[in-house]
Amino acid sequence: MITARGLSKRYGDKLAVDDLSFTVQPGRVTGFLGPNGAGKSTTIRMILGLDAPTSGEATVNGRRYAEHSAPLREVGALLEACAVHTGRNARNHLLALAATTGISPRRVDEVIDMVGLRDAARRRAGGFSLGMGQRLGIASALLGDPATLILDEPVNGLDPEGILWIRNLLKSLAAQGRTVFVSSHLMSEMALTADHLIIVGRGRLIADAPIAELTSASSHGVRVRSPDAELLRAILTSPGVSISRTEPDVLEISGLESDTIGRIAADHSIVLYELVPLNASLEEAFMDLTREDVEYRAHETTGLAGAGRSGR
Amino acid sequence: MTTAAIKVTQTRVMTSEWIKLRSLRSTVLTLIATFAMVIGPGVLFCIFQPANGQVGNPTGLSLRGIYLAQLGIGVLGVLLVTGEYSTGMVRATMCSVPRRLPVLWAKLSVFALVAFATSSAAAFIGFIGGQAALSANHVAGASLSDPAVLRAVFGAGLYLAAVGLMGMALGFVIRNAAGAVSILFGLLIILPVVAQALPLSWFPHVYPYLPSQAGQAIMQVHKEGLSLAPWTGFGLFAAYTAGLIALGALLLRRRDA
Repeated sequence: MITARGLSKRYGDKLAVDDLSFTVQPGRVTGFLGPNGAGKSTTIRMILGLDAPTSGEATVNGRRYAEHSAPLREVGALLEACAVHTGRNARNHLLALAATTGISPRRVDEVIDMVGLRDAARRRAGGFSLGMGQRLGIASALLGDPATLILDEPVNGLDPEGILWIRNLLKSLAAQGRTVFVSSHLMSEMALTADHLIIVGRGRLIADAPIAELTSASSHGVRVRSPDAELLRAILTSPGVSISRTEPDVLEISGLESDTIGRIAADHSIVLYELVPLNASLEEAFMDLTREDVEYRAHETTGLAGAGRSGR
Repeated sequence: MTTAAIKVTQTRVMTSEWIKLRSLRSTVLTLIATFAMVIGPGVLFCIFQPANGQVGNPTGLSLRGIYLAQLGIGVLGVLLVTGEYSTGMVRATMCSVPRRLPVLWAKLSVFALVAFATSSAAAFIGFIGGQAALSANHVAGASLSDPAVLRAVFGAGLYLAAVGLMGMALGFVIRNAAGAVSILFGLLIILPVVAQALPLSWFPHVYPYLPSQAGQAIMQVHKEGLSLAPWTGFGLFAAYTAGLIALGALLLRRRDA
């Protein structure tokens, strides 16, 4: 479990992280979302004790990171920029990290196999592709078989196969009861991977909620495409139902379920080309939340309601 | 897993630094180059000494390579630290040892041992080779059993190891290879040159106390000019190095990694 309490970091005049408080629970994948410059990496660096907070505190399993006697055993971290000496081969890199904590060379070979780097283990890390670098970073995170994983932008530079691999890995780690904290600016990726989201913008907390809540908070609507759009509109119009005609043959209807609309259309022998229930996509919800982050903090549901829509 | 508990210890951090040191090709090459720099110049000077001539300080002649080798070992000390900062490796290191200072002690102690072993071995080989070359030229050489010669040769290894640690300390303070190397060369080479510009009355009170002058006192067989006594001089050089190490340790604790 990761806890941040009133975490702040000031660089000169700029408040990179501003009074951030949140808890990351075990047993699920928690996404840490925010646009570039929102303070995600700074927050992660403070959790890992690389940067000292200006005020506030971050703890992992109840203790500050540096207070753990075997940090690698407690927390596995993948840092954003590849934290590897380019002149050293992958296996020696892992051996050196493992040695600090008394983790055996056998475990090193195990994690190399787990991330699929066996063939590249004796090549210098400087020649690695971005994707291989990420795999090496994940191998180092897994070294101590930690109960908590913190990954900064793990899917960066991975090919589709690699992304799928990471997604399944994160889910399986969470399913084993571990705490999994993943930062990303890829909302669509988080929609597929995370169970819970912590969203930040300009260093401040914008939202801390389960994914389902964030995507469904918008008012539902139904998009209908029909050659008889005008006729359908006339039939459906009633109190409590609002209908807008976005294109000559497209209606967006709220206040009625898609089933009802389909039945009414059938009753009137109206041809429907499309009948799509709408949710705000996570991406749209995110864009809307972060657009004017500070102002929208107080009424985030209103912000979601105004989000654009697409069939997802 | 190993039999002992899984946790960070100073010995384990030293093991880690040893793995890091030997697994970089550039480190190994620089060490070999330093080894060659200690031996090469001195032996060449001895080989090209005119036959049947006289040499005032045969020990010093065969150890001439020290002046070159100090640059090699000093730069290596700098790079062992700044290489981690430039590649980002330092973040992985500090994540595994978040208390940080064990990393500094481990780097210093492992490198001190390696630098001393390499340079003192080279100094003895260079001395023996140089003296052999002198005797082949029918020039009177020195022997390790002569007064002060053993200390001078042994001192060459000590001096080079200390220069390496000074480079390492500067690496922790500056965290940038170009900056740290410039300051190191400034301290060792430029300062004595600049000191020549001092008023004559000041010069004797400054020159012997400059880092390289003080440190190299340990390699002299006969007292030369203004030089401090061998162990006094080396003690002062060690104190300068310790001061830089203390500054490096303080900054390592204080600064964001």
